[in-house]
Amino acid sequence: MSPALVQVRDLKMHFPIYTGLLRRRTGAVKAVDGVSFDIRAGETLGLVGESGCGKSTVGRALLRLYEPTAGSVVIGGEDIATLSPAALRAKRPMMQMVFQDPQASLNPRMTVQAIISEPLDEQSDWDRDRKQTRVLELMDQVGLNRRFANRYPHEFSGGQRQRIGIARALALSPKFIVCDEPIAALDVSIQAQVVNLLEDLQDNLGLTYLFISHDLSMVRHIADRVAVMYLGRIAELSPRDALYARPLHPYAEALLSAVPEPDPSREGARQRIILQGDVPSPANPPKGCNFCTRCPKVFDRCRVEKPDLVEVEPGRLVACHLYPAITHPSPDQPGGTQATKPTQQGEVQ
Amino acid sequence: MPDGAVPVLDVRGLKTVFRTRGGEVHAVNSVSFHLQPGELLGVVGESGSGKSVTMMSLIGLLPSPPAEVRAGEVLLDGRDLLKIGADELRDVRGAKIGFVFQDPMTSLNPVFTVGSQIMEPLTRHMGLTKAQARDRAAELLALVGIPDAKKRLKDYPHQFSGGMRQRVMIAIALACDPEVLIADEPTTALDVTIQAQIIELVKDLRQKLGMAIVWITHDLGVIAGIADRVMVMYGGQVVEQGPVRQLFSDPRHPYTRALLKTIPSLHGERAARLQAIEGQPPILNAAPVACPFRARCAHAHDRCQTENPQRRAVDGLAVGQGHDVACHWSPGGAA
Ligand SMILES: Nc1ncnc2c1ncn2[C@@H]1O[C@H](COP(=O)(O)OP(=O)(O)OP(=O)(O)O)[C@@H](O)[C@H]1O
Ligand SMILES: Nc1ncnc2c1ncn2[C@@H]1O[C@H](COP(=O)(O)OP(=O)(O)OP(=O)(O)O)[C@@H](O)[C@H]1O
Ligand code: SF4
Ligand SMILES: [Mg+2]
Ligand SMILES: [Mg+2]
Repeated sequence: MSPALVQVRDLKMHFPIYTGLLRRRTGAVKAVDGVSFDIRAGETLGLVGESGCGKSTVGRALLRLYEPTAGSVVIGGEDIATLSPAALRAKRPMMQMVFQDPQASLNPRMTVQAIISEPLDEQSDWDRDRKQTRVLELMDQVGLNRRFANRYPHEFSGGQRQRIGIARALALSPKFIVCDEPIAALDVSIQAQVVNLLEDLQDNLGLTYLFISHDLSMVRHIADRVAVMYLGRIAELSPRDALYARPLHPYAEALLSAVPEPDPSREGARQRIILQGDVPSPANPPKGCNFCTRCPKVFDRCRVEKPDLVEVEPGRLVACHLYPAITHPSPDQPGGTQATKPTQQGEVQ
Repeated sequence: MPDGAVPVLDVRGLKTVFRTRGGEVHAVNSVSFHLQPGELLGVVGESGSGKSVTMMSLIGLLPSPPAEVRAGEVLLDGRDLLKIGADELRDVRGAKIGFVFQDPMTSLNPVFTVGSQIMEPLTRHMGLTKAQARDRAAELLALVGIPDAKKRLKDYPHQFSGGMRQRVMIAIALACDPEVLIADEPTTALDVTIQAQIIELVKDLRQKLGMAIVWITHDLGVIAGIADRVMVMYGGQVVEQGPVRQLFSDPRHPYTRALLKTIPSLHGERAARLQAIEGQPPILNAAPVACPFRARCAHAHDRCQTENPQRRAVDGLAVGQGHDVACHWSPGGAA
């Protein structure tokens, strides 16, 4: 089993809320509220959950595009969360991001060549020829015709624009890429093109991905393990096949049961768990388990005590009072090295 | 579908063109379909394939210019909506056909209370007094599953969550008890657990109210769960149409077949590699003279380059009545 390239421990990202004339700080949006996980070298960790649960914030805090409120993010042996600006700059090339909206993330006034070359301009002292060669190589790699190097983003389709974004992310030969909803803005018929490309690049370049998505079918296809988030915390983190075959956390179970499947005979017979109500505000999360206001299996303890994310079956981490931690340690599982120790700090309130 | 049943909505040969500075966009090319009372027709297709423009053309919601409905008939209870005046059409929209759009935030007016927006069609089209309309509005909100309905009439749209706003939109669309409800991607902007709530709601309302529904989506999973019949659009045309089970178990058009293969499954076997549909959707700058899918089609042959295939029955029933496809190729058979 490969060692962890990324180790996240008790990561918190709280955005302050200011109100009133004096803009006094009156509270905080707890967008990410104590999240721990590992990503092994060469693996794809899927991160799923509903809108606003904190997926993008995790991705951004990992690359320190936000200053985390608390916690550590160790990537390749160094804690990103506390690096000095100079050290962070030196580290940047190895970690990159691919964004959801290819249209919005590309400067409309720059040519494709200039866009892909931008990270090289900033981070390398290469001469023009060398950069040009690298840009063309990257265009080949992502399946963009070299002849389009001098065109502008608006002259491309959505799928092609996403290829430009991927080429730019690859320019500095990163090891770790956060893909934040890379296919959400694309038409169904184009999504597979981009996902196949991401998989080929992973195979050829040995990349490690955090793949953020709300498309649970696509995550099943691309991810090795999957973390299910709810309201700023991880509800369950399990190997892909185990999760889809038998989700343990009641939220993971409800989420998977809600996904419609393109099979009329199956759909007719399907038992759906319909969750009542809406997701609470991350500025004011419920006491105890953050899912207790909507959980079909809620009981008294859930309303007072926050469940820790613990290993409940070999390799499966769940934060729910219905699942006690297994006691034997299994050192080769991520998070398993501390299987008996909570990886999300629990608080009795 | 029952033989000889009279459709509530019958659309024949609809053509809509946009005249832009860059030339014409042939968005809808001879689209025909019909809707039986109480039936749910699912419409799927690629982005830009003409789903929204088709439905907007029916009820005169497209600004003209640039839009121009060039041909066709839209028969609602036997009356051609393309031939009636603007006032009459507005009444039809208010009272006979309800509409729900993709983004509930842009279709609700932020400066009016939710209550006044539900009451408006009731006082205008149904002749209710204000007090009657208020009672009916509270009833409708309760019907779409909003707790404390009476109190919430005084709230503004921003005080509702995305899922609740979509419920409000459905309440407005249902206000005048329409015969036809057209829902254009009503759950696309919502999370799956909220989408599941809305789908259950619509299933339930269908049973209670018995209206006919057109449901546009790009999600084949949603279609599989709610539709009686499915119409697949590509490049401004209907390329396949049929009963939901038949269409999913025996898709005939190369686009439908590729589309069903390209989406990864949630439970079935996990493919090592996704089947991609290579290439890009067509540019609709002229009336079609060839198959719109030919450039991306695995089965394209000479005829596809020179002749736009017409819809033909695949199950012996008349086109539109059973399962039909617009393609020169047949699975397992000769072209
Ligand atoms: N810069 C910010 N300032 C204040 N609040 C923020 C900021 N960024 C995100 N939030 C809030 O934090 C929460 C998590 O947001 P985030 O964008 O991480 O969610 P997400 O899971 O990526 O959702 P989506 O699926 O819609 O992209 C939300 O409530 C959001 O409103
Ligand atoms: N105002 C307009 N001017 C010019 N072309 C237009 C206009 N509105 C729509 N179109 C074109 O008409 C075609 C059909 O668009 P339509 O909105 O019906 O697609 P759709 O199938 O609903 O797609 P989506 O799934 O993205 O909603 C597209 O090619 C679109 O670019
Ligand atoms: S008509 Fe030809 S090009 Fe079009 S879908 Fe059929 S086989 Fe393919
Ligand atoms: Mg996000
Ligand atoms: Mg549309």
